[in-house]
Amino acid sequence: MTTPASIETPTIFSSALAARFDKLVTLYPVRRSALIPMLLYAQDELGYITDAAIEEIAQRIGITPLEVRNVLSYYSLLRTKPVGKYHVQVCTNISCMLRGGNELFEHCKEHLGIGHKETTPDGVFSLEEVECIGACSWAPAVQVNYDFHDNLTADAVDAVLDQYRKQAGK
Amino acid sequence: MPTLVSHPEEVKIVSSRFGKGATDIERYLELDGYQAARTAVEKGADWIIAEMKASGLRGRGGAGFPTGMKWSFVPKQSEKPKYVLVNGDESEPGTCKDHLILLHDPHTVIEGTIIAGLAIGAKMGFIYLRGEYRYLLTIMEKAIADAYAKGFLGKGIFGSQVDFDIISHTGAGAYEVGEESALMESLEGKRGIPRIKPPFPAVVGLYGGPTVINNAETIATVPHVLRMSGEAYAKIGSERNGGTRLFCLSGHVERPGVYELPMGYNLKKMIYEIGGGIRGGRQLKAVVPGGSSTPVLLPNEIDIGMDFDQVGKAGSMLGSGGVVVLDETVCMVEFALRTIKFYQHESCGWCIPCREGTDWLKKTLTRFHSGAGVAKDIDNIRYLAENMLGKTFCPLGDAAAMPTIAFVKKFRQEFEDHLNGKPCAYAKKPAQQPVLV
Repeated sequence: MTTPASIETPTIFSSALAARFDKLVTLYPVRRSALIPMLLYAQDELGYITDAAIEEIAQRIGITPLEVRNVLSYYSLLRTKPVGKYHVQVCTNISCMLRGGNELFEHCKEHLGIGHKETTPDGVFSLEEVECIGACSWAPAVQVNYDFHDNLTADAVDAVLDQYRKQAGK
Repeated sequence: MPTLVSHPEEVKIVSSRFGKGATDIERYLELDGYQAARTAVEKGADWIIAEMKASGLRGRGGAGFPTGMKWSFVPKQSEKPKYVLVNGDESEPGTCKDHLILLHDPHTVIEGTIIAGLAIGAKMGFIYLRGEYRYLLTIMEKAIADAYAKGFLGKGIFGSQVDFDIISHTGAGAYEVGEESALMESLEGKRGIPRIKPPFPAVVGLYGGPTVINNAETIATVPHVLRMSGEAYAKIGSERNGGTRLFCLSGHVERPGVYELPMGYNLKKMIYEIGGGIRGGRQLKAVVPGGSSTPVLLPNEIDIGMDFDQVGKAGSMLGSGGVVVLDETVCMVEFALRTIKFYQHESCGWCIPCREGTDWLKKTLTRFHSGAGVAKDIDNIRYLAENMLGKTFCPLGDAAAMPTIAFVKKFRQEFEDHLNGKPCAYAKKPAQQPVLV
C-alpha cells in the first residue's frame, strides 16, 4: 500500500483512488452524490466492498456505515463478497434468450464447472446469470468484468474464456 | 465492439456520425460538431424552445412526451439552481441504442446537454450512465475533459457570459433507476426508489431544484434538430411524431441491429425488409414492439406505422424502440415467465402491488411452465397483473403487468396447452437451440 499523497488520514485505497475520491466528493452540490461511484470504484480496486471500505467511504462522505450498507444492498453490481478475477456475466433476458442465451449459460456452467454466483477453486472465474446488459441487437452477449462479448456461440465463448485463462497465467 | 449495420431505407441523423471516429473532438468539429450549441448560445432560450416545439421531437426513453413542452414547464425564475439530467441508464430489455450513441458520438450528448441547459437556464448538467457501461463512461469522461479544454464547458462557454458544467456519473446496476425520480434519488447517493409525484421534476427535482430529465437519445437528437431546424426535422417523421428514431431490432430476424428510421415507418416492412425477415425462413409468431414492457403484437397486428400514436392505437406502445421478434419456435409461457422474472428481480419493493404482484406472477408462471399449473391459474395470472395496473408510484408495476395481460389474452390456448402436466410442446424442438451446435 502506498502512502496517500492527498489526504492526511490513513486510507485503505491506493493513492490514485484516494486522490480521485478527494475530488469526487467536492464535484457535486452534495457530498453524498459521490457515494455510488465511490462504492463501484472501490470494488474495482479491491474486488469487493470490504467492511474497511464501507467505514472509510462513510467517513469521507459524512454518513454512517449503516447508511452506506443500505444503499449498496440495493445495487446489483455492488457486492460484499469476493468473486473470481474474471466475473463472467451471461445475459439470458429476452433478446439473448431468443438467440441461445440460456444454452450459452448452461454451456458456461459446464465449461467452468461452476453454477450461478459461484467461483472456480483457483479463483480465476466466477459466473452469474444477469439481466439485460444492453447488447440486444448483438445477442447472445456476455460481459466479463466490464468487457462486452457479442454474437456468441458455444465455440466463441470457449475461445473468450480461454483467452482470459491465459491472461491469468493458468 | 457492437456491429454497425446499414440499410438504404435508413435516414441517418442521430446515427450519422457512427463509425466516423467522432469520439475525437477534432473529428467531431469537422463533422459540424458544436455548431448547434454555438448558435444556441447566441440565440437564447426562447429560440431553442420554439425550435424544439416545432420539431415534434418526443421523448425517446419511452413515454413520448414532447421535449420542447417539457423544457417550457421549467420556471424561468427559481431560488434553487436548475439542472439538466441525461438518462443513460438504458436497461429496458430489448434496448441498446444509447449504447451505440455513447460509443460513437459522446460529444453530441454533451452538446445536447449544453443546449438543454441554455433552454431552461441551468448551470449544471449530469450524464448518468448505467454501471455496466463502464467503458462508455471512460469515453464520456474523456469527451467531457476535451470539451472543457476547448472552452465549450466551464466558465464563459464559447466565449460568452454563460457558465455550464457537466458531470458524468455512473450507476451500479438497477433497472428501476431508469425511472426519472428514482434516477434523481440515485444521483443523490440513495437507493433508487421513486418519488411521489407531483411535484414533478420540472418544479422540484434534483437537489430540490427544477430539473429537466431526458433520455440520452433525445438529448443526442437536440443538436441535429437545431442544425437542420425544427420544421425540417418534423417533416421527416409522421404526424405529431417528428423525426427519426433508433430502432433496436433483435430476436429472430436475419439481420438484427440498430437502424435509424423515420417515425411512422411500417413495422412489417421493418422486420421483413430492414431485418431481412425471420431467420431460417420460419414463421413469425409475435413482436414485442418497444422493449419488454410493451404488450406483444400478433403477426396480423404489425401492419402499422411505428410512432407513438399508431402503436398506441394498436393496443401497445412504441416504448424504448426495442423491437423484439419471435418466431414459431418460442413458447409464449416461457417468454412470459422470462419477462416477469426480470421485473420481479428489478422491482425496488417500495410499492406493495409491484413487489408482491411480480413475485406472485413469477411463482405462478414458474409452476405453470413446469407443468404443475391448474386451469384457474390462467385467470389468476391475468387478475394479478390487472390489479397492479396504475397502483404504483412509478411505471414499473405497469411495465410488468401490461405485457403479462397481453400474453394471456393473445396466447390463451398456449397456456391451456400446458395444463394437466402436459410437457411444453416447444421444449424438445431442436430449433430452440439454433445458435449452439
